[in-house]
Amino acid sequence: MYTLSSKLKLTAIIFMVVGAIGLIFSFVTAPSSIQEVKDIIASQEAHHGGGHGESHAENTHQVTADAHDNKAGGNEHGMTADAHNAEEGHDDAHAEHMLHQLQNKPWAAVYVAAFFFFMIALGALAFYAVQYAAQAGWSPVLFRVMEAVTAYLLPGSLIVFALLLLSGLHINHLFVWMDPEVVAEDELLQGKSSYLNVPFFLIRAALYIIGWNVFRYLLRRNSLRHDEVDHNRFFRQSFKLSAGFLVFFIVTESMMSWDWIMSLDPHWFSTLFGWYVFASLFVSAITVIALITIFLKARGYLDFVNDSHIHDLAKFMFGISIFWTYLWFSQFMLIWYSNIPEEVTYFITRIEDYKLPFFGMLALNFIFPVLVLMNSDYKRVNWFVVMSGIIILIGHYLDIYNMVMPATVGESWFIGIAEIAALLFFGGLFIFIVFNALTKAPLLAKRNPYIKESKHFHY
Amino acid sequence: MSSKVIHAIYTDDDLLMQAVKQTKEAHYRIEEIYTPFPVHGLDKAMGLAPTRIAITSFLYGLVGLSVAISMMNFIMIEDWPQNIGGKPSFSFLENLPAFVPIMFELTVFFAAHLMVITFYLRSKIWPFKKAENPDPRTTDDHFLMEVDVANHKIEDLSQFLSNTGAVEIKLINK
Repeated sequence: MYTLSSKLKLTAIIFMVVGAIGLIFSFVTAPSSIQEVKDIIASQEAHHGGGHGESHAENTHQVTADAHDNKAGGNEHGMTADAHNAEEGHDDAHAEHMLHQLQNKPWAAVYVAAFFFFMIALGALAFYAVQYAAQAGWSPVLFRVMEAVTAYLLPGSLIVFALLLLSGLHINHLFVWMDPEVVAEDELLQGKSSYLNVPFFLIRAALYIIGWNVFRYLLRRNSLRHDEVDHNRFFRQSFKLSAGFLVFFIVTESMMSWDWIMSLDPHWFSTLFGWYVFASLFVSAITVIALITIFLKARGYLDFVNDSHIHDLAKFMFGISIFWTYLWFSQFMLIWYSNIPEEVTYFITRIEDYKLPFFGMLALNFIFPVLVLMNSDYKRVNWFVVMSGIIILIGHYLDIYNMVMPATVGESWFIGIAEIAALLFFGGLFIFIVFNALTKAPLLAKRNPYIKESKHFHY
Repeated sequence: MSSKVIHAIYTDDDLLMQAVKQTKEAHYRIEEIYTPFPVHGLDKAMGLAPTRIAITSFLYGLVGLSVAISMMNFIMIEDWPQNIGGKPSFSFLENLPAFVPIMFELTVFFAAHLMVITFYLRSKIWPFKKAENPDPRTTDDHFLMEVDVANHKIEDLSQFLSNTGAVEIKLINK
């Protein structure tokens, strides 16, 4: 049995407390009126005054131009600002636009972090089900670790649901199609309103969440019961459940990605988006399973786990990282190549306003794992796996960040207190729940039919 | 000067593995082992150095990538930067996504083919090569271990090998 060390518990609680304080701070300091935003714009202009003033000397309305240029730094923005300046009261319109973005910022930060940790739990459940359905002989020694990671699925999915519910109640403005005033003026959104409407959206979300959690509950219960009996009925049942879950999962996961992520940009659509989100959640989940396994092994709790198990997990991290890149590139290249205006805006905003996170994540999620985890020997070295695992997790956080932020905060993005606090809060919660779940059951699934093979697994 | 070797024939791969370990322990020199199929762990038991073919393959992949990049950079960007359907041929980076499929394929092509050729060269395999098989049965269901006689007494060595479970022992003058 694993016992939760008080140190780890304390770390998790400190993470949560610091995160909560940071989140409260960022919610309180989010601007609430247009006047505050104008002050912010004015102070930013003072900050950037010199350089921009010279380069846009011809620009009469430096306030707007500078505010636009803060992040983008392009001349086009200066020109749009010029063009817009003809309109009466553009300053107000711009400030209002920015107000919405800044008000969205802490919500979006919470949403990204909540979704990130939730998707790790969901991905771990999918990986677990794949191991059952494929009757894998190497992984049963890791089942309890995987089950513990999926313990976060219930709280994680409920938090995401709560955030979606708050959006539906217009407490925040993450989803633009939920705003009836916007829909009234937007024929595209009207056309999609039979799918994108708040009641149906929430019902769908509830169905996915109930489905995943029921499967998780049954699989975990079967796994614990199987230890106590002398027949394999529960194991066979888990096998069938896993196969059923995988069918249910791939349908709901795909729809979940349209609902929860793609609908943030309701004018845009991509057919392989579901797979793309799947690859991201799958590789993050495998990485977390590897990290927790290495942590527990280092503490002496998993003596039956050997180098070959770590090697296999690292192979999965390597392979699914490349799979993610393949999907990322397929999505990007097809849209870049055909350059259809209604599709390509998605990437234009990301490349113009999010250049560093957008291409940075590609380096973190692809180049780094490929170079570090290609060597067979390195995949057995724990600290190599841990290092690349941390990089992969940062990369996939950025991946979700790049999916959510451009649609919700636009060019007002920044990885500051709100984002880091949200990561700390949900990270702490994740650690607390997962390691608590590890104490609930023996770390070795006792009489799984493949457990002996798995213990002697050698690559 | 003629060298003498002993061919010990086994009928079971487990027995062969056992014999290899015993022979290594007794410090006899194993010249070669012929088996009809890969025996898992045989290379480790013999103490063979691990293969470096994966490293060569990685390097060949880098060569392929460089070939693809320099080829397309020259053709598409430097030599004749045409406007083809509005693709930005101003710099390599701007048109990079269109080149990636070729870069990928050439990397794989070079890595795979040059590695296979390296394997052929290092293993000395080619068409019309004379087979070096000492006993045709080793391609079917027998395992043959060739042990160098060197300065050992032939009687001792053959006695030792038959104790390891060899079904046949032959002295060969090479």
